[in-house]
Amino acid sequence: MTETFDDLRDLYQEVILDHGRRPRHGRRLETYDATAKGDNPMCGDRVQVWLRYAPDGTIAETGFEARGCAISVASADLMAETVQGRSKSDTAALFATFREMARTGVCPACDPTMERLAPLSGVHEYPSRVKCATLPWHALVAALAGTPGDIKETSSE
Amino acid sequence: MTASFDVARIREDFPILRQTIRGKPLVYLDSGASAQKPRVVIDAMVQCMETQYANIHRGLHWMSERTTDAYEAARDAVATLMNARDRSEIVFTNSVTGALNLVAHSYGRGILKPGQAVVISAMEHHSNIVPWQMLRDSHGIELRVAPIDDAGELDMGAFESLLDDGKVGLVSITHMSNVLGTVTPAERIVKIAHAHGAKVLFDGSQAIVHRRVDVQAIGCDFYAWTGHKLYGPTGIGVLWARREILEAMPPFMGGGDMISSVTYEKSTWAQVPHKFEAGTPAIVEGIGLKAAVDYVQSIGYEAMAAHEATLTDHAIARLSAIEGIKIYGRAQDRGGVISFTLDKAHAHDVATLLDRQGIAVRAGHHCAQPLMQRLGVDSTSRASFGVYTTLEEIDVLADTLTRVREFFTR
Repeated sequence: MTETFDDLRDLYQEVILDHGRRPRHGRRLETYDATAKGDNPMCGDRVQVWLRYAPDGTIAETGFEARGCAISVASADLMAETVQGRSKSDTAALFATFREMARTGVCPACDPTMERLAPLSGVHEYPSRVKCATLPWHALVAALAGTPGDIKETSSE
Repeated sequence: MTASFDVARIREDFPILRQTIRGKPLVYLDSGASAQKPRVVIDAMVQCMETQYANIHRGLHWMSERTTDAYEAARDAVATLMNARDRSEIVFTNSVTGALNLVAHSYGRGILKPGQAVVISAMEHHSNIVPWQMLRDSHGIELRVAPIDDAGELDMGAFESLLDDGKVGLVSITHMSNVLGTVTPAERIVKIAHAHGAKVLFDGSQAIVHRRVDVQAIGCDFYAWTGHKLYGPTGIGVLWARREILEAMPPFMGGGDMISSVTYEKSTWAQVPHKFEAGTPAIVEGIGLKAAVDYVQSIGYEAMAAHEATLTDHAIARLSAIEGIKIYGRAQDRGGVISFTLDKAHAHDVATLLDRQGIAVRAGHHCAQPLMQRLGVDSTSRASFGVYTTLEEIDVLADTLTRVREFFTR
């Protein structure tokens, strides 16, 4: 009976449903170098992101706990996967590109590293849902700017 | 459906219901957030602007006099609707939030004394929480919260014990929860509060849409509501209060229209209600509100309430049968708003999938975060009904929700 929602495949692609249901990185890190919380006051969604850095300063591991919709959980999980091994400045640039893609649905600056995030471009057709996809990124960027014990609150779009 | 209530006829009064959304007929189940407008309201506002518009209460010309009459007729219509003793007890504000803030600022700072307390309930909208927190922090007023039970009803024993020490000066409480649909026992609340020397303010934003509100029968001291949920325009709300209370209250906002005389040394205030209506009011909206009140009166609250009870019973029966659904609020006395969650899908995902089928519901915390916390959820979906809602629309909602759950369960 799910053919009713066939036209929603642009938004709820299989990869989003899968990562929304079974996130691979959805856990608090035992040892971490930075953490930050993000919340969407308008809808009540919340996420906390933990980061562990490698000796060279790149992101070694990302974990998160999210209370939110399938889009925000999947976005957090795909984000955690994508930023692994990246430098802080690379990650910030990636967020800028991702945000643009989420808002417009197109991604002129996209290189193959964006491939995993591309399924989330469907949110651009649902303006009220763009913030669901970008919330975990806001928390990640806040964590990158912080230090252990320094939990930053950040709002989304 | 009762013979006297022809929902198909009613629907013809609302032009927007002919719209299609994403190729599907609009199923508007978000009337609790804001109701759609009947043609008579739209026409009254357009006609005002096209034929007899000017500023009011000050002009000596034909246009201003006609517009003043039309605007003041809204005050008469509202006074009759609420069975106010006196038309001067009707204060127009910009919203129910404006009305509640007026009481918090004027009655709160002018009449309540530091050390006194205000009681609210655990199922208030943020608009009936935050103004009292601001009063607490600026004026030394204690804020007390009356709990609800698991059915979503006010715990009357706990409520009464909050008043026992005699410190409570005001009870400010919803007459119908925007999340749970619970209708609070207004007369009993007033009786208990008055016995303890406290005044009572009702937030009637939801209640007045669903049942007749007779402020003299209820016996309360203040009653606030907003036009846009009662099929009227946005930008206009109503505060009713007993005349002697309004007269004792200091003005809230200063400006034109609210004065008797102004010199640099001293100003004196206009009579109530104008003392509380500084500045050019929402003239066109007031005229639209009168048309909305007339419309509601022409249908009649008895017919509307019967229709709504039929809808609510049907919705609870249909929704309860969906696997994995949880409905919040099982009050004996309730109105037509139903909040729910699905076990496999977040409220926002539910709302997006329903939207794709042309069904509009609200999803989120409904501006009632402390209540969400009490219920142990971050957000719910909410279907709310209006005079134009049909049983078939509820069937469409129930059938679609079943498919939504399947979509997220695969």
